[in-house]
Amino acid sequence: MKSKWIAAPYLVWMGIFIIVPLLIVVYFAFTTADGGFTFNNIAQVGQYSEAIFKSILLGIVATAVCLLLGYPLGYIIARSTVRRQRTMVLLTMLPMWMNFLLRTYAWMTILENNGLINRFLNAIGLGSLPLINNSGAVVLGMVYNFLPFMIMPIYSVMAKIDRRVIEAAEDLGANRLQVFKKVLLPLSFPGIATGITMVFVPAVSTFVISRMLGGGDMLIGDIIEMQFVGSTYNPYVGSALSLVLMVLVFICMAVMRQFGSDEESEAMMP
Amino acid sequence: MKKSIAALAAATLLTGMLLLPAGASAESEAAEPLLDENGNQVEINVYNWGEYISTGEDGSLDVNAEFTRRTGIKVNYTTFETNESLYAKLKSSGESYDVIIPSDYMIARMIEEDMLAPLDFSNIPNFDKIADRFKEDCEYDPGNQYSVPYTYGQVGILYNDEMVTETVDSWDILWDEKYEGQILMFSNWRDAFGIAQKRLGYSFNSTNMDEWNAAADSLREQKPLVQAYVMDQIFDKMGGGEAALAPYYAGDALTIHSNNEHIQFAVPKEGTNLFVDAMCIPKNCNNKEAAEAYINFMCETDVATDNIEYISYASPQEEAAAAHAEYLREEYGDWAVDIIYPSTSGENDEVFLNLPEDVNTQVENIWIEIQGSGGGVIYIVLTVVILVVLAGGIVFFRVRKHMREKEL
Repeated sequence: MKSKWIAAPYLVWMGIFIIVPLLIVVYFAFTTADGGFTFNNIAQVGQYSEAIFKSILLGIVATAVCLLLGYPLGYIIARSTVRRQRTMVLLTMLPMWMNFLLRTYAWMTILENNGLINRFLNAIGLGSLPLINNSGAVVLGMVYNFLPFMIMPIYSVMAKIDRRVIEAAEDLGANRLQVFKKVLLPLSFPGIATGITMVFVPAVSTFVISRMLGGGDMLIGDIIEMQFVGSTYNPYVGSALSLVLMVLVFICMAVMRQFGSDEESEAMMP
Repeated sequence: MKKSIAALAAATLLTGMLLLPAGASAESEAAEPLLDENGNQVEINVYNWGEYISTGEDGSLDVNAEFTRRTGIKVNYTTFETNESLYAKLKSSGESYDVIIPSDYMIARMIEEDMLAPLDFSNIPNFDKIADRFKEDCEYDPGNQYSVPYTYGQVGILYNDEMVTETVDSWDILWDEKYEGQILMFSNWRDAFGIAQKRLGYSFNSTNMDEWNAAADSLREQKPLVQAYVMDQIFDKMGGGEAALAPYYAGDALTIHSNNEHIQFAVPKEGTNLFVDAMCIPKNCNNKEAAEAYINFMCETDVATDNIEYISYASPQEEAAAAHAEYLREEYGDWAVDIIYPSTSGENDEVFLNLPEDVNTQVENIWIEIQGSGGGVIYIVLTVVILVVLAGGIVFFRVRKHMREKEL
C-alpha cells in the first residue's frame, strides 16, 4: 500500500502527459475539421505506406547495426576493471551531453560533398564519395544518435552476470562458443530486449535526422511533423498517421519481444 | 479580467503616446523599461522569417534592441521557415504573437479566416512613408486594413557560376539531368509548385486541378535530380558550394553573393513570383498598441534603411528604398539594383493569391506524397521479408522448444 503512494506523483504525471495526449491523438484521428466522426483520416494513411515501410526498414537496419556494435562493446565494458568501466561508460555517454540537433548538424558538415571526409579524399587524390542525402546517411545518423541506448542496458545486464556461472560452464567442459550460446546470450536477453526497444522506437519516428542527412527522402516522422507544424497543416491526418505508426511499432515490438522471451524461457530449462 | 486588460491597454496607449515622440530621434537617451500596471515590463512577441531582420552583426543596427532602447518595450523575437508553418503555429499552439510577417497570399488566407486584427493607423503614422503602389489595388488586403508592407521582391534562380557555365534564363535548368544531385528545391509547396506551374505556362492561382496535377507530375519527374528540399539551409549549401542551383528570393541572393562571389542570380523568362511580406497583428495578440508601435518603428526611415541594407530585400518604404538603391549601387554595382529593384517586370510575373480551401488541401496532400515517395516498392518488400524471417525464427524456436519438452 505504501509503495503505491510513492508512485503517485509519477502516475499523475503519466496520466496528464502520456494517457491524455494519447487519447487526444485517438480523438483527432477519427474527427473531421468540423468535429464529426470519420474513418477518412485512417483511410488516407494508405497513401503514405511507402514512407511508413521505409521508416520501419531503416529503423530495423539501424537497430541491427546498433546491436552488432553495442553487444560486444557492452560485453567488453562489463568485463573490464571497475576504473576502466567508469571511463568507458563516461565515453559512451559523452556525446549525449551535446544537443541532438548540433550532433546531427556536425554530421552534415562531415559528410557533405565539400565536407571533411570528401575534402580529405580529394586531397590524397581519391574522388568524392556520395556520403550525404541518401538512406545510408540516415541510418548512420540513427546509429550514431541511438547507440548509447543499446550499449547501456546490455552493459548493465552483463555486469550483473555472475562470473562463477561462466566458470562453472567452462569447468563442465563447454567451449567458448557454447558458453556464449548457452549462458551469456540467454542471460543477457533482457538487456538486448530493452536495447532494441530503446533504439527501434525513436529510430522509426525520427524526423530531424532524415531531413538533415537524407535530403529529399522523407520518413514517416517528417510527414507527421509537417502535418502539425510544417508546411501542410492537418492535425487530423497527422494524428491518424501517428496512431497507425504506433500500432505498427507495437506489432514490431511484440514480434521482437516474442523472440527474446522465448530464448529466455529456453535458457531457464533444466 | 477584461477590465484589467482594458486598463492595461489604456495605460500602454498613454505611455506609448508619451514615449513615441521622444523615441523618434535616434540620439535620445535609452527609455526606462515600460511597465504595465503589475510592474512587469511590457513585452511583445514578434514572429518573423529566419534571416529576415538586422541583428547587430557586422556593425549593423540591432533593430529589436533599438526598439527596446527607444520605447522600453521588450521584444521576444522568434523565427519561422515557411508561411505554412507560421499558419500551423498560429492555429495549433497556445502561444500568442503580437507582430507576424507573413507573405501576401497567407495574409489573404488569414483575413478570410478572421485571424488578424484590423490595425489602428493613428498609431502607425509612418504608414504614409510606404509607397502608394503598395496601397492601391492591394489584392491580398483590400482597403489596407490589416497589414503594413515590410519588404517585397521576386523569386529567381541562384546559381554557382563555377559549376553552371551556360546562360541561366529558364526554369528548365532545374530539370536538367546534367545537374543531378546539385539542385536544391523549395520545401514549401506554394513556391515549389509555382516553379513547375510557370515552367508549364500556368498561373500560380489556377483552380484547375488538371493544371496542378500536371505541375505535380513535373515535380515528381524532378525529384531524382534534387539534392535536398530546404529553406534557410540554402545559405549554407549554396554559400559553401555544396549545390549548383537553387530557386530562392532575390534579396537572399545578394546576401549569399557577398559571402561567395560565384553565386549569381537570374530571373527566368517564363515569369516568376512577385511577393510582398507585410507586418500584421493576430487577433489573439497580447498588446496591440505595443505591436502597432513596433510596426510604426519598423517604418521609421533610419530603422527601415539600416534594416533593409542588412537583409537586402526591397523596401516598400520610399525613403529607405532610395537610400538602399544608392547603397547597392556603391557596394555591388548596377546589376544589384536591377535584381532588387527591377525597373520592369516580365509580362508573366504574378503574385500568389489565396487559393480555395479544397485546392489547398488537395495540393498539400500531393506535396506530401511527392516528398514521401522515393525508393518505392523495394522498401515494402524488404520490410515484409525481414518481418517474415523474424516470424519464421520464432516459429522455429517454438517448435524446437516443443520437441525438447517432448524428449524430456
